[in-house]
Amino acid sequence: MQRAADRQRELAAALLDPARAVPPGLVGPDREPSPRRFAVHRNNVAAGLTNALAAAFPAVRRIVGEDFFRAMARAHALAEPPASPVLLDYGGGFPAFIARFGPAAPLPYLADVARIERAWSEAYHAPEAEPLGPAALAAIPADRLAEVRLALHPSLRGVRSGFPALTIWRMNVAGGVPAPVDLDSGGEDVLIVRPAAAVEARAMPPGAPELVAALAAGQSLADAMLAALGADPAFELAVNLAALIGAGVFVGWGLERKRA
Amino acid sequence: MASTAIRFGEGGARPPAFPDRRIPPRAGVGLKPEHWAGILETKPDVGFFEVHAENYMGAGGPPHRWLAEIRSRYPLSLHGVGLSIGADGPLDRDHLERLAALIGRYQPGLFSEHLAWSTHEGVFLDDLLPLPYTAQTLARVADHIDEVQERLGRQMLLENPSTYLAFAESTFSEIDFIAEIVRRTGCGLLLDVNNVHVSSTNQQWDPVRYLDDYPLAAVQEIHLAGHAREHDDEGRPLLIDTHDRPVDASVWALFVHAIARLGATPTLIEWDAGVPAWPVLQAEAERADAIIRAAQRTEPRRAARG
Repeated sequence: MQRAADRQRELAAALLDPARAVPPGLVGPDREPSPRRFAVHRNNVAAGLTNALAAAFPAVRRIVGEDFFRAMARAHALAEPPASPVLLDYGGGFPAFIARFGPAAPLPYLADVARIERAWSEAYHAPEAEPLGPAALAAIPADRLAEVRLALHPSLRGVRSGFPALTIWRMNVAGGVPAPVDLDSGGEDVLIVRPAAAVEARAMPPGAPELVAALAAGQSLADAMLAALGADPAFELAVNLAALIGAGVFVGWGLERKRA
Repeated sequence: MASTAIRFGEGGARPPAFPDRRIPPRAGVGLKPEHWAGILETKPDVGFFEVHAENYMGAGGPPHRWLAEIRSRYPLSLHGVGLSIGADGPLDRDHLERLAALIGRYQPGLFSEHLAWSTHEGVFLDDLLPLPYTAQTLARVADHIDEVQERLGRQMLLENPSTYLAFAESTFSEIDFIAEIVRRTGCGLLLDVNNVHVSSTNQQWDPVRYLDDYPLAAVQEIHLAGHAREHDDEGRPLLIDTHDRPVDASVWALFVHAIARLGATPTLIEWDAGVPAWPVLQAEAERADAIIRAAQRTEPRRAARG
């Protein structure tokens, strides 16, 4: 008798590969093989995973259209199916897949729009944390400001793009109106955070991505500022900190070295 | 998220104590994000809400904020779709822990899962896949249910599947298989009446006889949903469990029969794709409630129960 484990291995392989033959012994009410019946499950697998990606990447879907999206998502789902039944986590590999997906090559910004959508999903489901307001940060002793280390909100994500990906994303989510975009108008760096109930996405000025990355790595404020100045010699720390505080990015601070 | 007048309580680590843990013997509705805000604004009169556990397994964010608010006003039933109890391999312990955490947090009145598998060697296939009914698969499913009930410290309900095909190697009927699982594990049952109709059509069984032969004493919840009609290679009807439309007239008729046998039982309207406006779901729930009430009037002995 065939072992149950072998049976499931054979079924799983056939479900993920439409080119494989229907496994034997799957029958209709007349006890005869019925490929159409197995096709229901093949379709369920592909459609379920495709729907999960469609829900998580609405702007990519709107940009490329329903048929293109379904074909691209299906190719990704069958090549890189999820490892977890928690599908709200699924899609982490989709932006990189889009970047490699030949038919999407004429839309070089598409993978960056997908990265924004992925960051949005991660921020949406991230742990809760209470952002610090200006008053809480004013308690940091002025003479030790340089060595302070700032804890960032667990929902914080950054996406850097050589294209105006944030502008394109905004035009293609609910309420957005697509319009011509000059792809040579310069890149956009995007800060995504969910300080309370709503996910917010905003453009970061030059130097801010380096500042945030250095703070996220546990560096002191002085070292983070140096990193920002390396990217933009005109970087102004006070203006940028105020903007980040306003965005609800910081949730704590300390004067001890943070262990990575 | 759209803006809303609803004010959230503190999103916090400490779970509040929720009222109304018991699921009342009347109709409930599957909770969908489209309806989160409207439910809190209008407080519709439904018996309970049910959620798919996996949709609330993020660390934080709006799903938990909304669910906590809705749970503080309604009884909640938790329905897992990803535990893969029918898998031949070991249960996903991480997933079982996630379920335990959700149950601890939201204190659902019922917890159910499927007689199906969906994960194989670390790949989640996102479908409720059928299993052959043999002594070997029976032992494996019973072991998995034992493990689930032991870890969760509570009884789980097992849902009968919608099936499209049969396995040549099966040696049990579906009903004998399910009855033996109940006997071995002490689990309860979630009777999906749409699945009974779908499987009975696809397998050419008599659905009324299916219900009459079913181990009804273990049934603690009913599911109702819509299905699509297709055809197999031979032109025979092949119904697909789509949850994307109203409950079919044939399923309502079976539900009447089931309720006559069971008495008043918590009954969920499931609508998971192409989710309609709230009044459509409420109307389906009211229809189920009317059937349940009518059965109570004609069966005073049952109606007098607890």
